[in-house]
Amino acid sequence: MDLTMLLEMAAEGCPDRLAVGTKADGLSYAQLQDRARGLGAELKARGVQHVAMVDVTSSALPLLVYGASYAGLPFVPLNYRLADAQLQAMVTRIAPAVVVAPPEQAARFADVQGIEVVSPDELGALAEKGAALAGEHEPDGDAVAVLLFTSGTSGEPKGAVLRASHLVSYVLSSVEFLGADEDEAILVSVPPYHIAGISSVLTSVYAGRRMVQLASFSPEAWVELARREAITQAMVVPTMLGRILEVLERDGQGLPALRHLSYGGGRMPFTVVERALALLPDVDLVNAYGLTETSSTIAVLGPQEHRDAAASEDPAVRRRLGSVGRPLPSVEIEVRDVDGLAVQAGEQGEIYVRGEQVSGEYLSHRALDEEGWFPTRDRGWLDEDGFLYVDGRADDVIVRGAENLSPGEIEDVLLAHPAVAEAAVVGIPDTEWGEAVNAAVVLVAGRSATEQELQTWVRERLRSSKTPARVHFLPALPHNETGKLLRRVLRDELATA
Amino acid sequence: MKAGTRLRSGVCTATVVVVRAPASPVSVECGGQPMAEGAGPAGEAELAPGYDGGALLGKRYEDPASGLELLCTKGGAGSLSVDGRLLSVKDAKSLPASD
Repeated sequence: MDLTMLLEMAAEGCPDRLAVGTKADGLSYAQLQDRARGLGAELKARGVQHVAMVDVTSSALPLLVYGASYAGLPFVPLNYRLADAQLQAMVTRIAPAVVVAPPEQAARFADVQGIEVVSPDELGALAEKGAALAGEHEPDGDAVAVLLFTSGTSGEPKGAVLRASHLVSYVLSSVEFLGADEDEAILVSVPPYHIAGISSVLTSVYAGRRMVQLASFSPEAWVELARREAITQAMVVPTMLGRILEVLERDGQGLPALRHLSYGGGRMPFTVVERALALLPDVDLVNAYGLTETSSTIAVLGPQEHRDAAASEDPAVRRRLGSVGRPLPSVEIEVRDVDGLAVQAGEQGEIYVRGEQVSGEYLSHRALDEEGWFPTRDRGWLDEDGFLYVDGRADDVIVRGAENLSPGEIEDVLLAHPAVAEAAVVGIPDTEWGEAVNAAVVLVAGRSATEQELQTWVRERLRSSKTPARVHFLPALPHNETGKLLRRVLRDELATA
Repeated sequence: MKAGTRLRSGVCTATVVVVRAPASPVSVECGGQPMAEGAGPAGEAELAPGYDGGALLGKRYEDPASGLELLCTKGGAGSLSVDGRLLSVKDAKSLPASD
């Protein structure tokens, strides 16, 4: 059972349906399978140990994911936004390898030994050439299918190892085979080195849903492509959704074909979810929570749960709009205290997860405990009905005096203020308290608020220990390209401010 | 027989993969005839009466008695069974697409 099985089943079940690309010149499942087999044979003949990609997303991505699987080689999508030295270090680590990269990217690691560069334009010809070589494929579920370097927002990037069995388990337990209608198409705008960029290639193929890739995200390009290709589904990270909504609010044309929008990859401000519900009332919203190490999604807040929460007068139900929903039936989730003991509903702790899709394996070590539980390093809590709330990374907790404070809770309160567009809360070293709560705020254009006003706003809704000692007004917050807030960068900036 | 084992029918085009291994050894059959491990040509054995309901591509089949679960990776005319017991299709859980 490896990744090729998913493609072979789709090619058997709907050979002529479009698998990837535009309606005008896309590839069918049968064509994608033929090319991936051919490419796999060529890659295997190279005698390398990895197949990497240093490029924006494109229709080459599914071909490479399945081609590498046919070759029995790990696929390594690398972050093309890394500095040259970091990129070279990663390429050196995976040599000997075939690296698919356009010339301007390849020039950045030209000195690394043991690398054969293939331009994305050459893949088609390579696949055709390999067709004659392709023999019987022997799948190995234990083989490493994907090697992903995590973004490292709170430390050095780690090489996360995903074996075929983890990814296939995820797909089989969460997706109905050919469950997509024939007209369904998903717009993929996350980069290949993000777990959602990889998992969408697997789940879309198994569901029989056409993939359309957007090379580099801008809200205008996203909306234009969604309309042109009659996109029915999409996955976005929080910063993308906010900017897409701005475009829709401006032009008032809506997204007539869109039926289903999932978001994840970071905390989504409550206010953005409410705006999305109001602006796209006929679109099913899905909030997904997952990690690279768990082969993507482990908890979802479904469309009906969004609507029920938005319509409810009960604060305990209404706040679920800010939750990540309930665990998938195939995974178990527990919240544990510092001693590793499961806490009761409503109590905060570290989120642990267990299931067949959970890898928890890195190049350097395995993080699973003896019973198979993976510590996510995310803090959160479960409510009485099993809805999971994620407060943020354990490393981001502010320790003020003897009290542990989650930045997320304070950020949500700040974001509810009508003048606040973006908010981030970090702990700054403080002689009296150990750490002091500091907030960085970006104001809504044309609105104003004072430090004292926002401090009062928080104090009235939380308590005084959670009130920012200082509020810094900034033109923008530092984010990485997939929308994750760079807290370390912000903390350093504020500490010297 | 472990998870990931591929089996092919002796009577039709059906192939399956073991998603969950049985607690103890069992005989997995298609069309009333034992299935063989690995890939290969479709078999030419006779389809037994009562085992001709077919195996459907993409469906999951389970045998609660042994804990065995199969995924049909290629459809065929024969029904899937374990030690003569016909397998039932496992209900698909409907989860919203998240990526």
